[in-house]
Amino acid sequence: MDQLLNWAPLLAILVSALAAVAIPLTGERNRNLRETWTILASILKFGLVASMIPGVLAGQRYGVELLEIAPGIELALRVDPAGLLFAMSASFLWILTSFYAIGYMRGGKERKQSRFFSMLAVCLSATIGICFSANLLTFVLFYEILSVATYPLVIHAGSEKAYRIGRQYLVYAITAGIALVGGIALIYGVTGTLDFVPGGFLDAGAGAPMLWTIFILFAIGFGVKAGVMPLQSWLPNAMIAPTPVSALLHAVAVVKAGVFGFVRLVGYVFGPELFGDMGAAIVLATFAGATIVLASLIAMTKDDLKARLAYSTVGHLSYIVLGIALLVPQAMLGAAFHMVTHAAMKITLFFCAGAIYIHTGKKKVSQLDGIGRQMPITMAAFGVGAVGLAGVPLVGGFVSKWYLAAGSVDAELLIFLGVLLVSGLLNAAYLVPIVTRAFFRSSEEHPRFGEASIFMVGPIVVTMLLSLLLGIHPDGIFGFFSVAEAIVESVTGVSFSGGG
Amino acid sequence: MSQIPALIPTLLLLAALLSLLAGLKSQRAGYFLALMGAGASFLVSVLGLVEVVSSGQAIRYAMGGWIPPIGIEFVLDHLAAYMTTLITFIGVVVFIYAPRSLHFESPGKATFAYPSMALLIAGLAGMTLTGDVFNLYVFLEIAALAAYALLAIGERGGPFATLRYLLIGAAGGGFYLLGVGFLYFSAGTLNMADLSGLLPELMENRAVMTAAALMVVGLALKMALFPMHFWMPDVYHNAPTVAAGLIAPIMTKVSAYAIIRLFLDVFPPGFFTETLPITATIGWLSAAGILYGSILAIAQHDYRRMLAYSSVGQIAYVGLGIGLANPIGLIGGLLHIVNHALMKGLLFLIGGAVRLRTGVTRIPDMKGLGRSMPWTMYAFVIGILGMVGIPPTAGFFSKFYLLLGAVEAGAWIWFAVIIVSSLLSAVYFFRVTEMIFRDPGEDPAETSREEGGEKDETTPDHPQGDPPASMFIPIAILAAGVILVGVFNFVIISALLERVVAPLGG
Repeated sequence: MDQLLNWAPLLAILVSALAAVAIPLTGERNRNLRETWTILASILKFGLVASMIPGVLAGQRYGVELLEIAPGIELALRVDPAGLLFAMSASFLWILTSFYAIGYMRGGKERKQSRFFSMLAVCLSATIGICFSANLLTFVLFYEILSVATYPLVIHAGSEKAYRIGRQYLVYAITAGIALVGGIALIYGVTGTLDFVPGGFLDAGAGAPMLWTIFILFAIGFGVKAGVMPLQSWLPNAMIAPTPVSALLHAVAVVKAGVFGFVRLVGYVFGPELFGDMGAAIVLATFAGATIVLASLIAMTKDDLKARLAYSTVGHLSYIVLGIALLVPQAMLGAAFHMVTHAAMKITLFFCAGAIYIHTGKKKVSQLDGIGRQMPITMAAFGVGAVGLAGVPLVGGFVSKWYLAAGSVDAELLIFLGVLLVSGLLNAAYLVPIVTRAFFRSSEEHPRFGEASIFMVGPIVVTMLLSLLLGIHPDGIFGFFSVAEAIVESVTGVSFSGGG
Repeated sequence: MSQIPALIPTLLLLAALLSLLAGLKSQRAGYFLALMGAGASFLVSVLGLVEVVSSGQAIRYAMGGWIPPIGIEFVLDHLAAYMTTLITFIGVVVFIYAPRSLHFESPGKATFAYPSMALLIAGLAGMTLTGDVFNLYVFLEIAALAAYALLAIGERGGPFATLRYLLIGAAGGGFYLLGVGFLYFSAGTLNMADLSGLLPELMENRAVMTAAALMVVGLALKMALFPMHFWMPDVYHNAPTVAAGLIAPIMTKVSAYAIIRLFLDVFPPGFFTETLPITATIGWLSAAGILYGSILAIAQHDYRRMLAYSSVGQIAYVGLGIGLANPIGLIGGLLHIVNHALMKGLLFLIGGAVRLRTGVTRIPDMKGLGRSMPWTMYAFVIGILGMVGIPPTAGFFSKFYLLLGAVEAGAWIWFAVIIVSSLLSAVYFFRVTEMIFRDPGEDPAETSREEGGEKDETTPDHPQGDPPASMFIPIAILAAGVILVGVFNFVIISALLERVVAPLGG
């Protein structure tokens, strides 16, 4: 069994790549068959990922070395808790997004649907590849594929504005990619290896100028995708893409690939100790902290619902970056878990925004008065996501935020505790009024009950329940919390088995 | 087996002659003979490559039975096998592509084009196979003359651009020949193996230094190393696609090969790096050339001129590998010879296919090609991903090795140049991609989603679609090559290139 599971990571990558080929070949004429490929691939992918959970928790590291792709560097896959956690959330949410996207794309009579579903599948292949990469070169290979494959989705609308945003997107993505390649070349020059090692493999012998150069190149490379200010401006613009893309890629897969890059960088390349000693941790934490507050403030000013959610994403991604940069086990645990909880909550909000748009054509917060009467399920789900992001107990966001807060106390950096608290309030201030407006203000426009299609409402309900479950019983579904604990244990050596 | 080194150019020369004679009677027969010659030489090259790799030994052949250094020797070693396989491969691919393209672009001139193509490939293969510095000059001129002939059948500006190229080429050849003369008077031999034995004692000899400088300058002119590139854009702009498709991928590379050969195997170790700062000079010129070529490529509106300026930058990657003069850097440069040959060949052939179908050569007119020629444009995307250096295409790996080489050499400015140039090539290549995948006749004003539903109706501006198979198959082969060479680049490195750079140590 374990022998077989060694191939699971590769299969998990290939299954959506196959779908990406099958989708355009099937084409618009057989669109039900075409959508079957997406659904089938997403379910298979999640099954493959989930099949590895027990083994990985028991200490197994599944993986294969495919071929030597450069002198001394293999194209290699290895499944560890960190990659598994990200892969679990991305592949599970892809199933829901697949259903949702069918409802959205058909409901909105979108153009070029084959290209859309095909590229989405490529993105998922690349994301899972990023999760399971055993070394930096394999990582950057998938990272670049992800960057390029997202581009056709960003310009999907085909308007002049979409192309302009697409250009901006590419400039950011290519810059990030090449910065990474440069950083990797430096690391290889210094150490002669690129394999991820829990606890890191760089050492202080390389000298401070070299280490800082490496850090800056990587910070650019990952910071762009993770939306750390001042590298965030592509992300709100990229919301021009269809909402399923905003929901899955620009709240979960693509942006978290950047965050996950920071996890790899701090935990598996530099190692927490060196990262703290050289002083990079506090720099990264400062940028992240500033991003959290600024993004929340900007979010309050946005009337466009997706733009508001985008800035909220920018802020929440930096929660995770902050948790990593604090370097203490509690904060890292919070960060790891926030990767999952934020994914569940934010995708719920985006799904709701998309459902509202397709069903009523409304994009702006100010137009949503009384819409709760028309779409109560959607708006209830929105409410759960909103209070969860603000950190209210019983929703997943509370758990991760709790550990982040505890971590900033542990790290004796109380300013970041302040940042987290302020940001919680700001989150409530820019999200909760949307819900109250929807339910408590009346409007002539939404007299009767009428939800969007079941393809859209179904996934919304599932992600809402997921957000709640993560808050009530964090380890209840798929062992997300245990996997998060396992990450921190492998990086820091601190065990949570006594109860955290 | 031992005849392989001589067989490759001989087959091609024979094919050129027969093709001309037969072509006067029947164009088809002429084409067929030339294609056969190219195909046979490719097969022989592959055979030689396998033999060299499996035995680990170079295959040597003394022309006419005259033992070197008296006679001329042909040597198929790892580097030569690498180059001839590439040259004959590109040759075959372009030959398959040629008939339809020539028929369209230069009607009535195909009879003379086929022998010229065979002659060009023969000259280039000969340059890489010969073990004699003077004989290299002979083949260089054979290739050059064939290239002039091919280029001159191009468009209206073609003959004039070719004349300029001819003058420059003659100057380059002249410099090289002068250097060979100096070398012969100092060392008394022209055989490369012999020279490498004799030259260590002559390292301080002024005549030898002058010889080296002259030879390298001559070859650098031919290689279009910045700032000696100025002949190239006009030539490519006016060339028929088959000429550009042969010359851009392999001709400049062979001159780069000749410099690498002199550096590694003829002149003693340290001569190009310490006695004379030749590699460093080439490196700095290349760094400048990379930036210059990339920036000017951005400014071009004509597809072929853009490719030409991009070539100025890309050949400089090979030069940068020479400049780094360490094993991993030079491996990057050598690998880029194959990578760029595949990618640039691909892009030129696609340009020709687009021209055949739509008559378009300017980038702003390329709107909507993604819809009318979808498969060609998928191949195009692979080509540009390679040019920008997105993994897993071949282009990524050569740049990665060059970066590793720059780190090892501590060449931080060159490191930065490679990084910046990737961004610049992203700018000019993605600009074309965006144009291609726009809807034809799309209203430049905002198109909102509400109108999106109607957008799927195809209003084909160019009803003819992808090019005919004889043109598309070469394109598909090259596109597959860009990816395969990337994925399996380490196979090439471990089988061939590590042996090639062995003289550098490490």
